[in-house]
Amino acid sequence: MITFIIRRLLISVVLVFLISLISFFIITLTPGSPYPWGELNPKISQAVKDNYRKQFHLDEPIWNQYWYNMRGLFTGELRSIKDGRPVLERIGERLPATVSLNVCAIAISLSFGLLIGVYSARKSGQWQDTSLSTLCFTFLALPEFWVTYLLIIGLTNWVAIPLTGTVSHGILFPNEGARLLDRLWHLFLPAVMLALGGIAGQSRYVRASMLETLREDYIRTAQAKGLHPDKIFYRHALRNSLRPVITGIGSLLPALIGGAVIIETIFAYPGIGRLGYQAVLERDYPTLVALNFITAVLVLLGNLLADVLYAVVDPRVRLE
Amino acid sequence: MIRRFFRNRLGVAALLAICGLFAVAVTFAILSYLKVPFPQDPNLTNLERKLLPPNPVNWLGTDNLGRDVFSRILHGSYISLTVGFVAVAVSLMIGVVVGAISGYAGRWVDNILMRVVDAIMCFPSFFLILTAVALLGPSLWNIVVVIGLVSWTGTARLVRAEFLTLRETEYVRAARTLGQRAPAIIFGHILPNAMAPIFVTAVLGIPAAILTEAGLSFLGFGVQPPQATWGNIIADGKTYLLDAWWLILFPGLAITFSTLSFYLAGDALRQAAETRIERK
Repeated sequence: MITFIIRRLLISVVLVFLISLISFFIITLTPGSPYPWGELNPKISQAVKDNYRKQFHLDEPIWNQYWYNMRGLFTGELRSIKDGRPVLERIGERLPATVSLNVCAIAISLSFGLLIGVYSARKSGQWQDTSLSTLCFTFLALPEFWVTYLLIIGLTNWVAIPLTGTVSHGILFPNEGARLLDRLWHLFLPAVMLALGGIAGQSRYVRASMLETLREDYIRTAQAKGLHPDKIFYRHALRNSLRPVITGIGSLLPALIGGAVIIETIFAYPGIGRLGYQAVLERDYPTLVALNFITAVLVLLGNLLADVLYAVVDPRVRLE
Repeated sequence: MIRRFFRNRLGVAALLAICGLFAVAVTFAILSYLKVPFPQDPNLTNLERKLLPPNPVNWLGTDNLGRDVFSRILHGSYISLTVGFVAVAVSLMIGVVVGAISGYAGRWVDNILMRVVDAIMCFPSFFLILTAVALLGPSLWNIVVVIGLVSWTGTARLVRAEFLTLRETEYVRAARTLGQRAPAIIFGHILPNAMAPIFVTAVLGIPAAILTEAGLSFLGFGVQPPQATWGNIIADGKTYLLDAWWLILFPGLAITFSTLSFYLAGDALRQAAETRIERK
């Protein structure tokens, strides 16, 4: 177990290096300049431009730039081209919102995915299974921004559900509980929208895993000794096919953070996704490098956690 | 496999829908190339007839510049299909080559290639694509290539797994004993036997690429106006969200219809390909 974790951490160091290379070079090697005011403005003298390039190390060879970027990222010195504030500070203030959004979305995807998956496996081959799997493919096929807009059109007339931000402004909350409820209420619609695709994917995995487990020998043994089918299904089969629920955490993360760009933009939700979108619009290279790097490392950690958790939960797994 | 596919009614319906989409897309690609205004010119503005709800002249209404939404949806159809197919072709080419080399060579080659795949998989792909497309400049070919370059990792892993098992089979060993070179074995013997799962992932990759393009269009980094695409009709319409529902509803239905057809067809194919499970 310990050796496994150490080995995984060593591999992760290699991966972090690769991730840093990819996130830096994809952004830097593409043509275009990161000036907020544009390269061609005649009113800006060459001296100002040169000074600017110097300040952000844009006049140096690319390997040095990479070195400055990465060193800056780890020492917290890397500053945004947009407003000169440290990149880590800008990301840090946005991180809690995105993390809570993603945690909710993961919780929704996993729980509903599990329910739907188990139910379709139970009714495998019957009409319930077919219609549920068609429904899941519909979830996958729907463009999330489109459904969100349709929901907004439909809901705004009927329900007082908040559509922007994370908190209600101008309200004095009687206590912390009310504040928390208000936050959750703001989180509800974005999280559900973000989770749609995850529910679909997760339920497919759970269903497949259930069906696979049901063909195992010990299930046949249980049937042979005359156990009630429900007991076999929920006690023996379900427990042994929960693997995709755990590995799901790892595989859902990158998709969720990517999808959050659109959802956060629609709901004016102050998270990392919208920060990234703004950084793209502003060509804020340091922020983009840092965002891509940090999210990828977060995903890496999520995967590592899922693997370790997987071994803790399932004693059959020997981590080598 | 083909016979088993045709027994699945949902799959056949989805396949027919895809054929229909193809016919529409090819027709309107030719029509817009020839600049034939059928049913109406998709880019003709008419401010006297702006934001009209569906009516006998404009079946699906008009947008804020008085352009006919129905014509715009039809003339935008080939964009989505082109993105889907070309992006998947790009990702297949890279994925199959990397996966084949990795699975066949094994050892340190495999180790290095798979670590690269792992690293790319850690990135939230939509965000990476958005960044790259925004910096490169959004054009149809940039979008297609970037989507392809980011989404090959799944295919590579799948192909590698297939190769790991197939490389140990007897006919491969026989070919190796006969002194055949690695490329001949990879492309002549192993790859043909791994085609079924590759084909399935390819079909399932198409709707994902279409959705990515729609999302990019929505954020303003898709194929640029005045070219109509399903995504940017919705993006333009979002300003009139509560006044002009037809600008949102119909292009979204077009996207959902096509992606759902591909997903259902792909799933039917997957079921048909999984002989082992069926037989058990």
